[in-house]
Amino acid sequence: MAVLFAMWIGASVVMADAVVAAGVTSAAAVAAAPMPPAAEDVLLEDVPEDAGGALSVRWRTPDPSVSAGAVIERRATDAERAKDPNLLWVEVARLGKDAVALQQSAHVLSELSNSEPTRVRVSIIGTDGELSEFVESEPLTPSVTIFSLSRLPLFIVVLVVSMAVLGWVVAARMGASTRIRRIAALEAVDEAVGRATEMGRTVLFVPGIQDMNDIQTIAGITVLGRVAKTAAEYDARLEVPTCRSIVMTAAREAVQSAHLAAGRPETYSEGNINYITDEQFGYVAYLSGQMTREKPAACFYMGAFYAESLVLAENGNSIGAIQIAGTAEPSQLPFFVAACDYTLIGEEFFAASAYLSGERDQLGSIKGQDVGKALAIGSILVGATLLTAGALLPDSVVGGRLGFLGNVIRAFFGG
Amino acid sequence: MLQRTIPMLILSASGLILILAYFSPVTVVWSDTVVGWFNILAGVAFVLGAGNLLAVNLEKISARRPGWAYAAITLASFGAMLVVGLGKWGAVPNPSFPDVHLAGDQDSTQSAYGWVYEYVLSPLTATMFAMLAFYVASAAFRAFRAKNIESILLLGTAFIILLAQVAAGAFLTNWIPEDRWYSFVRAEQLKEIILNVFQTSGMRAILIGIALGTAATSLRLILGIDRSALSKG
Repeated sequence: MAVLFAMWIGASVVMADAVVAAGVTSAAAVAAAPMPPAAEDVLLEDVPEDAGGALSVRWRTPDPSVSAGAVIERRATDAERAKDPNLLWVEVARLGKDAVALQQSAHVLSELSNSEPTRVRVSIIGTDGELSEFVESEPLTPSVTIFSLSRLPLFIVVLVVSMAVLGWVVAARMGASTRIRRIAALEAVDEAVGRATEMGRTVLFVPGIQDMNDIQTIAGITVLGRVAKTAAEYDARLEVPTCRSIVMTAAREAVQSAHLAAGRPETYSEGNINYITDEQFGYVAYLSGQMTREKPAACFYMGAFYAESLVLAENGNSIGAIQIAGTAEPSQLPFFVAACDYTLIGEEFFAASAYLSGERDQLGSIKGQDVGKALAIGSILVGATLLTAGALLPDSVVGGRLGFLGNVIRAFFGG
Repeated sequence: MLQRTIPMLILSASGLILILAYFSPVTVVWSDTVVGWFNILAGVAFVLGAGNLLAVNLEKISARRPGWAYAAITLASFGAMLVVGLGKWGAVPNPSFPDVHLAGDQDSTQSAYGWVYEYVLSPLTATMFAMLAFYVASAAFRAFRAKNIESILLLGTAFIILLAQVAAGAFLTNWIPEDRWYSFVRAEQLKEIILNVFQTSGMRAILIGIALGTAATSLRLILGIDRSALSKG
């Protein structure tokens, strides 16, 4: 027994020694772990042309191979210190390895105060999680930009086009000619609705798959108003399945207004304008099924369309419907051109509502739009000519000046 | 009167704020507010949409109209997704609020909602999308009939692009030396010329028209010249 007790004591002593030795080794290892080198050249820069709440922090990571990230702290604001006097620094970002993968690093801090200077400090996180010393930046106050100068050229263009549109609206009111070229697709609206009436079939109007915050949907709904008026006059049944709830509400308003304007409010039926689903291909499945079952005689596709454009147009084609499409999605235009009878291309789609209304004000606005087009054509021609001349006469003074002028025009339009 | 004037004023003010915010960063906060209002409105309108979906399909079932069984399936699916989505079964706990079940994340297939989305909705969507291949073929067959000069040009252009996309194009035209003036007739170079010169210039012309049309339409709406998208009247 005594022998066993002595052995137990001996074993305990040996184990205790081992534990102490291990502890010493571990402590030595921790002490020996190299602290990551501190960040260098910590610099605060203002983010240009913003509302004044952002600064960019730049720093240099001396050795990315032993760095696992970075911690950025901001000096507490006066308001924060008023709440907690002990609060000096607030951690605003803890970045991962990617942030310090290169020697030059940067991070944008937002939601900063622009009423007092901001000071930040950066620490590098070592591969073992240890933080380096914090290095502070010089203080900087985010500046507020009232007007974005980089957008000045666009502002001027918008101003010129707007003035031209307004000028033509006023001129149209004063009796100036508002004759615009015939748009075949819009001339065919009466024909399409009339055909549906004669055949006793429905007219299908699809206002795209985007919400009311998309200008194409708004343009589609304005066209819907005109189509609905024609349908009301002809007593044709118009169906409008929608992909968004707000579009359904707006479409109901537009169609109801059209029935009132046509003097036939009693023929308006809210049940013909329904919400189907927000899901793109769920909507397509519904429309395909409806087309196949009900075989509408006329199909209108007016709005924003993506991959579903061809599915819809081909389904409509297969049932022999007259199809009129309009969209401002350039990638979908070829599909509509291939599968529909008439297609409103780009600007024609936006002019459709004004064209169908026949109102002088609206037709005048289309004329004003043409001033913008003339400006674009003129700028392209002059710019291309100047740049070509500059390229053809590379060694002459005249060539250099012409090329310079061409580049000025290109830069003005953001080229 | 109010039914037209108030929406008109809201539309004009919202439009002007969004334009202003693009040029004046200091007013971005206002545009964020306008966008926030729209999102709230869209959220409320979604209830209207769901109500409409229920009403239309219930009416179809009760009247035993043709296809009422599909309406029943629609309603059953709608109800099931609503229950699964709101119940958040199997949702991954939110690290910030691990004890709050409703704060959980449903994106992964661990949750019932995520599972249905991944293994039911996505395959159905992909099936619809896959049908596009057949529609492209039938539309191309019709569009490429050489009926007139335009169709012949379209057919010829499409033929060159298709040829350059496949190995046959390189096989047929690789013998043409690259350093000669006529090297542009090599299939890959013809394709580049068509895409970078003809297609790009045409596309840009359309885009300029779209931009001007967008500006004019916005102006007509903001100034109240075109009110057809608004209220009764």
